[in-house]
Amino acid sequence: MIQTVFDILSIRKDFPILNRKVNGYPLVYLDNAATSQTPQKVIDTIVDYYSNYNANIHRGVHTLSQEATDVYEQARQKIQKHFNAAKSQEIIFTSGTTHGINLVANGFTTLLEKGDEIIVSALEHHSNIVPWQMLCERTGAVLKVIPMNLEGKLVMEEYHKLLSNRTKLVFCNHVSNALGTINPIEKIITAAHNVGAAVLIDGAQAAPHIKADVQKLDVDFYVVSAHKMCGPTGVGMLYGKEEWLNKLPPYQGGGEMIAEVSFEKTTYADLPHKFEAGTPNICGGIAFGAALDYMNAIGFDAIAQYEHELLQYATQELLAIDGLRIYGDTKEKTAVISFNIEGLHPYDIGSILDKLGVAVRTGHHCAQPIMDFYKIPGTVRASFSFYNTKEEVDILVSSVRRAKTMLS
Amino acid sequence: MSIKEIQEEIVDEFSMFEDWMQRYEYMIELGKSLPMIKEQYKTDDNIIKGCQSKVWVHAELEGDRLVFTADSDAIITKGIIAILIRAFSNQKPKDIIDADTSFIDEIGLKEHLSPTRANGLVSMIKQLKLYAVAYQTQLN
Repeated sequence: MIQTVFDILSIRKDFPILNRKVNGYPLVYLDNAATSQTPQKVIDTIVDYYSNYNANIHRGVHTLSQEATDVYEQARQKIQKHFNAAKSQEIIFTSGTTHGINLVANGFTTLLEKGDEIIVSALEHHSNIVPWQMLCERTGAVLKVIPMNLEGKLVMEEYHKLLSNRTKLVFCNHVSNALGTINPIEKIITAAHNVGAAVLIDGAQAAPHIKADVQKLDVDFYVVSAHKMCGPTGVGMLYGKEEWLNKLPPYQGGGEMIAEVSFEKTTYADLPHKFEAGTPNICGGIAFGAALDYMNAIGFDAIAQYEHELLQYATQELLAIDGLRIYGDTKEKTAVISFNIEGLHPYDIGSILDKLGVAVRTGHHCAQPIMDFYKIPGTVRASFSFYNTKEEVDILVSSVRRAKTMLS
Repeated sequence: MSIKEIQEEIVDEFSMFEDWMQRYEYMIELGKSLPMIKEQYKTDDNIIKGCQSKVWVHAELEGDRLVFTADSDAIITKGIIAILIRAFSNQKPKDIIDADTSFIDEIGLKEHLSPTRANGLVSMIKQLKLYAVAYQTQLN
């Protein structure tokens, strides 16, 4: 059934957590869209950092500091290469996607005027809605929403109607966290640029599955979190075109981000340090680089192909369950299945699945507008990674059947 | 029966089960027997916050006793609230306020007690006790 493009058993051995049991059952981890698991190589990198060269970076003259600085900056270059940014100073280390979005939203406070318009998509995570609402409150700009359809896709005709010379910013996720829909960001970016608007793409859900090329996309800002792609929590990346990053004011003041300070005047450091106030998550940044190395060694094409086969198999097997409905059934989607069973509450299904060792997410997935659109309280979301197997899909399906029998 | 006696009875019932499946199946059964709240009380004001599923609770005094009715859109949550109501309904507000809730541990539902747990068992207990405090004040 599944044409294994790589040795899945050897890949699973890279992830120590996959050996554990939950409630007496082998763990079946299908909450990858919330956070991915960590391979041994990344864990080793973290241990190595704290065991051998933990030091503050960019200012020490001593050996440890220089070693840590070198490895941290190498990680920035790995990230630059991975996303094909033109320059390493266009890569800003953040604490994660939410931080990156807030940094940009805050920066635009000084660039927007009353009556300017910001467009967001109906498929957004709360983290890509609330910062823009706050920005609108600060500036008097108006928030417009690209609507979605029942398939879980954005209605592009409506998007084109919303665009005008008042549009200053467009924000959209590359992949919807709740449904897995891959949005047509190339078209969204081109159309926004045609009216002179900047575009921020939230790549948090895309990054584990799709290698984005920021130059080819011609995107102005692209944000991701390391923990969705085999890295640790608390670290992420903001890519910004140099011209935009130069236009935006610093987000936080502090050490590291300054050139010179006196009580009369402070001049800010050059990119990327202007946006990296304080001691960063040094170990996290380095481990982020190691995670990219790990995933690139497997290869994103192989990952995408394998996950797509898992998705197709899981979709087919789940749909065979009476009364099961999948939300977001477009062809262009990542390995995410958001579903409900008629008459049952997602919370109940998720509770039984947990008892059977199957980890899924239940609820509104921080995307209440999508749930409101479908008029449901939430869904059960199974999200797959390249280390999941066909056998785990079978366990998911039999567990859902068991939950259905118990709950009906 | 006193709250303590009812709790002991519930603990006894649950001790007969061999595994989580039987416990959950029993909870689901209990959920179906939950004293149903009247539709008019299923308002947003009566929703207990902190639950992933919706839980509505209504309380009213009958004589010197506080009577609870409730509902939820999730069946396991209904089971949990049914257990709580069985222990606390038809009791004097003062006794509800003073009641110990450690029996939840003993029936193997400890995992639901964590304050971060999405079903909000802690919020439910807090809400029942808040009603008791409010009606106790009224009785005084």
